[in-house]
Parts: sequence; C-alpha cells; structure tokens
Amino acid sequence: MIGTAIAVAFMLLGLSFALAFVRMLRGPDVTDRILALDTLYVNAAAMLVLYGLQLGVGRYYEAALLIAMLGFITTVVLSKFLTRGDIIE
Amino acid sequence: MDASSLLEGLAAFLVVTGAVFSLIGSLGLLRLPDFFMRLHGPSKATTIGIGSLLVASAIHMSVSGPGVSVHEFMIPLFIAITTPVSSHLLAKAARHRRLRGSEEWPDRDQERNR
Repeated sequence: MIGTAIAVAFMLLGLSFALAFVRMLRGPDVTDRILALDTLYVNAAAMLVLYGLQLGVGRYYEAALLIAMLGFITTVVLSKFLTRGDIIE
Repeated sequence: MDASSLLEGLAAFLVVTGAVFSLIGSLGLLRLPDFFMRLHGPSKATTIGIGSLLVASAIHMSVSGPGVSVHEFMIPLFIAITTPVSSHLLAKAARHRRLRGSEEWPDRDQERNR
C-alpha cells in the first residue's frame, strides 16, 4: 500500500520538478527564476525524504535538511543582492 | 484491521497528499500570470507538501522501526520558519526592480490620484 503511494508520489514530484524547471527557464524576470530555484530546492528535499522512506533508511533527513538550508541561504543571498546590489555591506 | 495497518494507510495517504500539494505549488508557479501571484503558490503549498510528507515519514518510521522517531519534524519546522522570510525578501526584491525598471506597477495611478 505504501509502496504504491510512494511510486505515485515520485511521479507527482517529478512532474512538479518539470513545472518548476520550465518556469526557471522561461521566467520573465530574474525574481521568477530565483523563486523557481527555491521551489526546486524544496522539491529536492522532499524527493530525498521520499527516497529515504522508500529505502526505509532514516539517514536521508540530514541531507534533506542541508538542502533546505542551502536553498534558504541561496534565496536570501540572491534577493539581497538584487535589492541592495551587494551581499554584505 | 489493526492499528499498524491503519497507521500505514494514514502514512500512504499523507505521502500522496504531500506530493499533490507540491505539485499544486509548482503548477501555481508555472501558471499564474503575475510574479506576486506566483509567489503564493510554492511558498504555501510546498510548505504543507513537505510537512505532510515528513509526518508520513515519521509515522512510517515509528511503526516499522524501534521506538518513536520525531527528529523528522526538524525539517518542516525549519521550512515553516524560513519560507516567509525568503518570500518577503523576494517580494522586496521584485518590488525594488519593478519600481525602477517597469512601467506596469498596477497601483501607480491610484496612488497618484489619492
């Protein structure tokens, strides 16, 4: 039962990756691209958690947490650079 | 139906729910017309998506493994804290750019007439 659910969730998450990737390639402004990159980071963390759930290994949460932290830091730094023209003033 | 299979069914439901919410967030990111509308989709739906996915993971690990595992809840907590911050900074950056570069800021006429 949960195997089928994990397979369906993998397909949905892959489709979600594709949609966010299309927005990142197409985005009219650079802020759209940053938002799509942030969405891709969170989706990557979700997919890593799902992979750990499929394998039954609890070791992937640290990697997912690292990916989520890197995504947050990337988004903050890029937005800060767009707003102020510099990262650390 | 005993409690274990009931919890497994709940975990399966939450896995599919989380993936559907992530898909809805990315669909909103792709389909909505404006950047400030597009900011809503991923920042809310993806939070719930990864949250319910990790709740499902915690249930599954608690049922199959030894003892109750709660350290999965660090990731939804972290994302629930950081997503409003990054959305706010992105909205500030977008507003900064629109005010400088573009002529299509929607409230400009209303602010001028006020």
